[in-house]
Amino acid sequence: MAQAPALPSGFELPLEPRLPRIGSIDAVAVEARADDLARRSIKRESKVFALELAIRMMDLTTLEGADTPGKIAALASKAIRPDPSDPNIPSVAALCVYPNLVPHALERLRGSGVKVASVATAFPSGQAPLDVKVREVEEVVAMGADEVDMVIDRGAFLSGRYAKVYDEIVRVKEACGDSHLKVILEVGELGTYDNVRRASLLAIAGGADFVKTSTGKLASAATLPVTLVMLEAIRDVYEETGRMVGMKPAGGIRHAKQAVQYLVQLHETLVVEWLTPDLYRLGASSLLNDVLMQIRKEKTGRYQSPDYFTID
Amino acid sequence: MTDVAKRSSRAPVPSGWEYAPAPEARDIVRIEERYGLYVDGQWLEAKEHYTTISPSSEEPLAEIAQAGPEEVATAVAAAREAAENGWAEISPTERAKYLFRIARILQERSREFAVLESLNGGKPIRESRDVDLPLAAAHFFYYAGWADKLEYAFPNRRPRPVGVAGQIIPWNFPLLMLAWKIAPALAAGNTVVLKPAETTPLTALLFCDVVRQAELPPGVVNIVTGDGRTGAELVRSEVDKIAFTGSTEVGKAIQRELAGTGKRLTLELGGKAANILFDDCALDQAIEGIVNGIYFNQGHVCCAGSRLLVQESIYEQAVAKLKRRLKTLRVGDPLDKNTDVGAINSKQQLEKIRELVEAGEAEGAEIYQPPCRLPEKGYWFAPTVFTNVAQSYRIAQEEIFGPVLSVLTFRTPEEAIEKANNTPYGLSAGVWTEKGSRILWMAQRLRAGVIWANTYNRFDPSSPFGGYKESGFGREGGRHGLEPYLEFE
Repeated sequence: MAQAPALPSGFELPLEPRLPRIGSIDAVAVEARADDLARRSIKRESKVFALELAIRMMDLTTLEGADTPGKIAALASKAIRPDPSDPNIPSVAALCVYPNLVPHALERLRGSGVKVASVATAFPSGQAPLDVKVREVEEVVAMGADEVDMVIDRGAFLSGRYAKVYDEIVRVKEACGDSHLKVILEVGELGTYDNVRRASLLAIAGGADFVKTSTGKLASAATLPVTLVMLEAIRDVYEETGRMVGMKPAGGIRHAKQAVQYLVQLHETLVVEWLTPDLYRLGASSLLNDVLMQIRKEKTGRYQSPDYFTID
Repeated sequence: MTDVAKRSSRAPVPSGWEYAPAPEARDIVRIEERYGLYVDGQWLEAKEHYTTISPSSEEPLAEIAQAGPEEVATAVAAAREAAENGWAEISPTERAKYLFRIARILQERSREFAVLESLNGGKPIRESRDVDLPLAAAHFFYYAGWADKLEYAFPNRRPRPVGVAGQIIPWNFPLLMLAWKIAPALAAGNTVVLKPAETTPLTALLFCDVVRQAELPPGVVNIVTGDGRTGAELVRSEVDKIAFTGSTEVGKAIQRELAGTGKRLTLELGGKAANILFDDCALDQAIEGIVNGIYFNQGHVCCAGSRLLVQESIYEQAVAKLKRRLKTLRVGDPLDKNTDVGAINSKQQLEKIRELVEAGEAEGAEIYQPPCRLPEKGYWFAPTVFTNVAQSYRIAQEEIFGPVLSVLTFRTPEEAIEKANNTPYGLSAGVWTEKGSRILWMAQRLRAGVIWANTYNRFDPSSPFGGYKESGFGREGGRHGLEPYLEFE
């Protein structure tokens, strides 16, 4: 446990006491490694494989004050059949919305296999009393959301009150019941890779099914190095305990090429069992059409105008 | 806690994701059927030839001239003529201009050189493209800058060129070693006769075209190809200085040959570097650095981190991570852009690696090689880790010069120093810890020319490189790299 931070009382890892070794991250080296992996040249059938997988892993997201039932209906259709002209294109993994829109999303997606994810816990800041946050989670679960995306209390984390962060995650996890819990670290506010690793392990210890990089509300969101740091935390937990935790980079992933880079990183960092929407998601709002465009280019050899892909 | 079994709705897991081949196109390079010797700005026919091949496929690439005593003498005479009539006398700013030109041409033609380097040497295109070529150009840029500032580099010492430099380079970084040798020699006002390694002459021969394009005066750069006999001729010839990079054995022979002749000598020889892993290191990044330290260029690196010293408290975890990482190394076609580890440079080298690995197994070390399909043709060796290695084993003492890592343990920093220094070599070392004060403490005590902290195999033209003990003497790179090519009054 060299250099492990002092663990707060009440925060006990339900893992081997020796591990996971919290340790530290070398920023220069982790960025170099992420850059190396991003240089893989993925072509032809291996590229189509990645692009279709990216669609199956996508959490199509709209988190705007201006969201309406009409907007959700449009996105739900897109989620089920991303490319109406090509029946071979799979549905996305989930639609990610604000709590008030969960019933509308559920109604539109019923029977399609596309899950409904709701943000909760005073998203995006998390700056609300715990009871209010837990209540919000209970509400969205009662409405029928399959997945809950919570935010950690960064204020507590950055002031060293790890126990508070941990306790909140545990409470939210309890409130989730059978719904899956994704814990958003909001890496853009954590400042260092060391903090990202620490927060990842904290979230996993608290019961996260997924760890997620960002709310998408900050300019600084998912990056390849930060995702690598989180994958390595997931890997350490897996190797020590066998427990498989999912990963969701979100925010700033707009191009098919980036999606392929994220999947290469996943492929070469974790074992092949992680190449599934059950354990990896891409949170994005504008990525889907670029992926569709690239798939059609691979299939036909030509690029088509953006007008041939629906904007929803 | 999530129960893994609870996820019943899980979609079927794909059996794997094979990357489609992504080969770099070969047609950018034109290889001649037969090459002569580049002497006095012209191609000179040789009497004897041998065939150079691609080690990844054993495909013959070209007929290469074997320079004999007469041809070497002609080349040295041409260099002498150029040194005495012209090159040393032209203004230093003019000399700099030529070097800048060479650097720019290398950058412009870098893809061509990278493909040829991978083809003839077996190294992955990713490395020749991202490491060898940018660094080779950077060396010419760097020394171009010194050419007209020698008086400032050595104040009050009145530097003058040595004259004619005979330079013999190895096969692991053919073009980069050429740049390390030629750039400082020309910047200091010398002329050169360079002998590339027997197995990898093609980029040096293509470099002759760069020399022509840069309009360097004839005789300033001469390239003579051939095997060890050509090298021996060059050592015996009328040069003023020999610069050699290669094996310790040959280095010693050269030193014996030159004793008492007054010719100057610098040697950059073998190594058996220790990478020292403390329990407070950033472990995942350290493992990445260890892998880069030994499997970069198939371990054909004189400063390769071929011994891993791990603090015993993190031994199991470190070895597990290391083995896991080895499984994701992609071994295969050097021209494929996704290849991490390429072909062994020659049959001879492959046999040497095999012999030492067998010795390791016989002595009782535990071998691990990841499952990987090696191509049938060509010279290949899977990335290898030996655990359970004792300091006395041959694999912990001798330079293997291949993708083979020996793992040893230590308990305290003092023990790490003792084990790291307990070798006839002293070229490089690596320290992995998040504790700054420990890095400094270690660096003061390690007897090695280069010490990397939390990184490995990083090179820069401004940083001097060279060894202690049997790793050689003299420094290349930086201001220090000029000194062997200068006389002082």
